[in-house]
Amino acid sequence: MIHNMPIRNCWCRVCCRCEYCGALPQTPRFNLRNEDEIMIEVQSVAKSFVLHNQGSAVFPVMEGAALSVAAGECVALVGASGAGKSTLMRMIYGNYTAQAGRIVVGDVDVASAAPREILELRRKTLGYVSQFLRVVPRVPTLDVVAEPLRAIGIDQDTAQATARSLLTRLNIPERLWALSPTTFSGGEQQRVNIARGFAHQYPAMLLDEPTASLDATNRAVVLDLILAAKARGAAIVGILHDEDARAAVCDREVDVSVFAPGAAA
Amino acid sequence: MTPLLQVKGLSKFYGHRIGCADVAFDLYPGEVMGIVGESGSGKSTLLNCLAGHQPPDQGQVMFDTRADGMRDTVTMSEPERRMLGRTDWAFVHQHAHDGLRMNVSAGGNVGERLMAVGARHYGDIRGAAIDWLGRVEIAEDRIDDRPRQFSGGMQQRLQIARNLVTGPRLVFMDEPTGGLDVSVQACLLDLLRGLVREMGLSAIIVTHDLAVVRLLADRLMVMKDGYVVEPGLTDQVLDDPQHAYTQLLVSSVLQV
Repeated sequence: MIHNMPIRNCWCRVCCRCEYCGALPQTPRFNLRNEDEIMIEVQSVAKSFVLHNQGSAVFPVMEGAALSVAAGECVALVGASGAGKSTLMRMIYGNYTAQAGRIVVGDVDVASAAPREILELRRKTLGYVSQFLRVVPRVPTLDVVAEPLRAIGIDQDTAQATARSLLTRLNIPERLWALSPTTFSGGEQQRVNIARGFAHQYPAMLLDEPTASLDATNRAVVLDLILAAKARGAAIVGILHDEDARAAVCDREVDVSVFAPGAAA
Repeated sequence: MTPLLQVKGLSKFYGHRIGCADVAFDLYPGEVMGIVGESGSGKSTLLNCLAGHQPPDQGQVMFDTRADGMRDTVTMSEPERRMLGRTDWAFVHQHAHDGLRMNVSAGGNVGERLMAVGARHYGDIRGAAIDWLGRVEIAEDRIDDRPRQFSGGMQQRLQIARNLVTGPRLVFMDEPTGGLDVSVQACLLDLLRGLVREMGLSAIIVTHDLAVVRLLADRLMVMKDGYVVEPGLTDQVLDDPQHAYTQLLVSSVLQV
């Protein structure tokens, strides 16, 4: 197998692995960064979809996927639409099952963990800002945003104070806070979703197009939130279609189309 | 952490027909598990076997009792099982009139469970009843009305108050939002989520409404013909279903 080693100066074992298989650099100078700092590690992950009700059609979508993200680092997943960016991200979150390989977040292997361990991981360690807001109808926006904090046992007042400051920062007018976000516009819903995703300071975060459908002001706020999360040491995997946004927050890009079955050979 | 409920090889047969077969799972404190499947798939049979309403033919239902640790509730004596039923367990029926005394006042319905565990002070009992009616958003001045005079949604909320007043650790729910209109359903879902979080309840919810389990349950078991065909994380089972039947179930949901 031919390795594809990125040419960088750091020679660390975090970002200088083979882009295909995650093999370590073949040089002794690779310990500038400590391996302990790796927060998200994906190794030789494979995925296929089987549609039982449509003639049991099998669609292999990913093979040999590898990725590692260190604390304080932001990695962008790139590739054409349908290349598997969201699929890989959902596998890291445990939302999709992986057929093979390891997906280690913190000290939990999501690919083989029990539901209980994944739930615990999602509560404390791994945040996910999806493209869609999914909430119980009629729950006020303020409570929706405070919920991740309430779930880890933070008291109502502190949780709501954090929620208030995030909603203010994301320019959601205060008169909307007592309403359910289900009636909001697309951009407002997305900002509520982002506020909720950033309420708890997760050590690892997955962001699925956090800046899509936002105006320039709000986009800048979201990028600031991402930079602040990096600064406190969060490992971030993002899907960002906006090149300027990528340049502003991401340390490197991983092209997921090389994980397509047959492409990596 | 030890599981609150540990079920092993649970089976129930109706003659030569299968009610539910070979069901096994662990439920941990604070977890909410949904059971979905079409009618006749064995969901209610399973729930009734777990809650001690029907004797299973095979298997164990181990519950972490406060006094003696893990005990098999299937082989427990009837009085012990009934004691569990009014202290650590609660059962929310699909039809509120199965779980309420329709000719006793709302306050009396809530107070009865307290008296069953030894409360005797009238003022305390009434105080607790008022507190719980408030939590399920029933106005205090309705405390002396009978459930017959309540709307369907209020009856369901009263049933929940009656069940939770004794601070149970495990709640069984059979279609708790079935037959309610959607606005009441949303209210009830919010209420249940809040109670689960504040009281650290574990719950097992039987329903055929996938939207309800997505919002309420952490974990899901999909049943078909008495067997569990797919267990897993709720969002994973619904978004990436592996079994043919689950795929059919998920793809059959009407989009609003």
